[in-house]
Amino acid sequence: MKTVTITLVNPPELYLEGQNITPDNVAGKTAAEIATLDVWEGKQKSPLGKYFTVSGNGGATAADTKIVFRGDCTRVKRIGQQMTAGEIVVEGNADMYIGGWMKGGKIHVKGNVDSFCGIGMEGGELIVDGNAGHHLGSSPRGEWRGMQGGLIRVAGDAGNDTATFINGGTIIIGGNADIHVSTHGEGGTVIIKGNAKGRVGGQMVKGDIYVFGTIENPLPGFQRVGEVEQEVAGEKAHFIHHVGDLGERHPIAKGKAVYANLYTRI
Amino acid sequence: MGELIVKNGFVFDPLQGIKGDRMDVGVRDGKIVETNTLKNPKEIDAAGMTVMAGGVDIHAHVVGPKVNVGRLFRPEDKLFKSPLKRCNRMEMGFSVPSTFKTGYDYARMGYVFVNEAAMPPLHSPHVHEEIRDTPIIDNAAMPVFGNNWFTLDYLKNNEIENNAAYTAWLLRATRGFAIKVVNPGGTEAWGWGLNCENIHDTVPYFDITPAKIITGLIETNEFLGLPHSMHLHTNNLGNPGNYTDTLDSLRLAEGYTAKNNFGRDQVMHVTHVQFCSYGGDSWKNIDSQAKTIMDYVNAHDNITIDMGQVTLDETTTMTADGPFEHHLRGLNNLKWANTDVELETAAGVVPYIYSPNVKVSTIQWAVGLELALYSNDLMRTFITTDHPNAGPFTRYPRVIKWLMSRAARDATMKTFKWLDRTIESTTIDSIDRELTLYEIAQMTRAGPAKALGISNTYGGLAPGMDGDIAVYALNPENMPSDPDRIEEAFSRCAYLVKDGVVTARGGEVVTEPAKRTIWVDVKVPENAQVQRDIYEHFLRHYSVGVKNYQLFDEHLHNPRVIEVDTTQ
Repeated sequence: MKTVTITLVNPPELYLEGQNITPDNVAGKTAAEIATLDVWEGKQKSPLGKYFTVSGNGGATAADTKIVFRGDCTRVKRIGQQMTAGEIVVEGNADMYIGGWMKGGKIHVKGNVDSFCGIGMEGGELIVDGNAGHHLGSSPRGEWRGMQGGLIRVAGDAGNDTATFINGGTIIIGGNADIHVSTHGEGGTVIIKGNAKGRVGGQMVKGDIYVFGTIENPLPGFQRVGEVEQEVAGEKAHFIHHVGDLGERHPIAKGKAVYANLYTRI
Repeated sequence: MGELIVKNGFVFDPLQGIKGDRMDVGVRDGKIVETNTLKNPKEIDAAGMTVMAGGVDIHAHVVGPKVNVGRLFRPEDKLFKSPLKRCNRMEMGFSVPSTFKTGYDYARMGYVFVNEAAMPPLHSPHVHEEIRDTPIIDNAAMPVFGNNWFTLDYLKNNEIENNAAYTAWLLRATRGFAIKVVNPGGTEAWGWGLNCENIHDTVPYFDITPAKIITGLIETNEFLGLPHSMHLHTNNLGNPGNYTDTLDSLRLAEGYTAKNNFGRDQVMHVTHVQFCSYGGDSWKNIDSQAKTIMDYVNAHDNITIDMGQVTLDETTTMTADGPFEHHLRGLNNLKWANTDVELETAAGVVPYIYSPNVKVSTIQWAVGLELALYSNDLMRTFITTDHPNAGPFTRYPRVIKWLMSRAARDATMKTFKWLDRTIESTTIDSIDRELTLYEIAQMTRAGPAKALGISNTYGGLAPGMDGDIAVYALNPENMPSDPDRIEEAFSRCAYLVKDGVVTARGGEVVTEPAKRTIWVDVKVPENAQVQRDIYEHFLRHYSVGVKNYQLFDEHLHNPRVIEVDTTQ
């Protein structure tokens, strides 16, 4: 695997739209060619080289390419958007839409990310060592087909509206989650190791949520049906099992109504 | 304005009966003229290409409040689909494109006239403001009458003359073009949580049947002698087994003949018939009854239809048939908007995916094509997708490809998951017919223009008509063996000349000539009773005053008035 190191030396005054910086676009290019990729600061289009220094050439394919971001990328958005393979490492923070609509490969952000990261994700892996903002692994605006697959792992906290319209895949939050988790969910799994604030699983049709801590304001649409012991994200625990959201439609499969499952640790 | 000549093309003009003759077409000052009167024209070389009049779309939802609801509540319809600025204005969206994209895309396909299919009268200012913002294409808009309280009251008491006076007033108040009827009575019944599933279901409170509304509006239309006929979206649309209700509706036109000075022959235009031609009694055993419907239509000259072809895309349904949209959201559980428009109509919007993996979708696809392929008279059968209900208008070229090529139909059918069951439930696989360019010109220009009563201006290339000419890179003497080339040629016309101005070249818009709003101004004798009824209804029931209800002139963009005088 070849490594391209992109170092932010000339930080943008506004925010930088970096959707072109993916292993797919970098593969097969030399460092000089990579420096000519388009990025946008507001509506101004510039070559990437205006803000970054680039060292190392891309691999032959996306899968063969690793991109390492150095410098403070707090103002760089859309890194790895729609990527299909390869690897990205961000040594510090990054802004919004990191790993949005990604289909494959791996992104590792060592700091924090802002909102809309991993939205519309179809596959691959997004690892965040710090906190994530709002709409993590959520669906794009208006879209009823949210996260389809892949894995999002956030070590810290997540903001609100995590996993809206989730359809598949897994989101693991090491810390706490704010309000609205898996709203309208129709599949997939969300695991919250800390506490959740409220409105967990609202209008959920299918899928699973595990909360290891407490839910400050649980929804009345979930009904307790029993207790289970399960191993979740490498941790074995006892959970109370609820089904819901009883206010929502529920499809019948093999003669039985399908519900979403909400597990809270005892 | 200068002179222009389109030279050596193969000209197809069904209004004049020109079937692919190699000839020139001349334009001066925006109008078609005899070529020998031109002095020093600019030349367009159309050698080896097909030349037709600018396209005329008889039924598409392109402007107005429900289209805008579709735009607003489907941001995902724009996502990653409109990144480049190609023209003067930003283009966005696929199934519900922005106004600018609507105009540009029609121009790219060689269309010049689009008839907005349903204008809620109360919201006519919005419709006209969007017409203004839709570049290039000339627009007309049909106000909806089939559930209007005035209309229901007058027709219940057989007061055709009063209804005609009201119709004339409303056409003027909304700067409307024709009488549109959507699920007659049913949309009003929906206000009581009911529907009119066949033409004999009584509308609650008003105590009138859809049959009586339809015949009453035909009579009103012919009493006034409007350019277009009554334009009908039938009852029980979109449900299995509805073809009997459709036949019942069609039979209502029996005995009526067209009375007008606009060259129109039909008294009833039935729109998106694909949605009205289903057999069976459930979604499990739905089948195609297109043949039955077309046998009737072929035998009755006073009816025209358009297809409403399903294009197998993800799209957005929107109709003034409120109960239908409510029903649809129960089927697909997607986001949904519905509204009631005071005394007049209702509307709803629901996204919909016509998938080649879903049996009902592929049967619907076959039904639409069968309608056209069973038609004996393509001057009475028009290409539409009921944009955006069965698919976006940008798929017309694909519909043309399917109609012109059995191989193209076969290639699409190969992608169907339930091919066997689709073939069982339809007759599409037994049809070898391939339409000709002349027939396509009938279905997309000459026919719709004649049915709309505008064939003295649009849809043909006779001297005196508008200088609207579309040139397609297709050689009728050497048609491409790959049907995809047909779709390509019709998607991106080689040239579009509108009002004598080269508007598109090589499939790209190069200039934006002024667009027009076409409306019908009917002069009727003063009618004190109708004046009083209008006054009373606005006083008691409307949320707006009658003065504010009527369109202000500043909303009307570049009008072209068609005058009808019934007082003579």
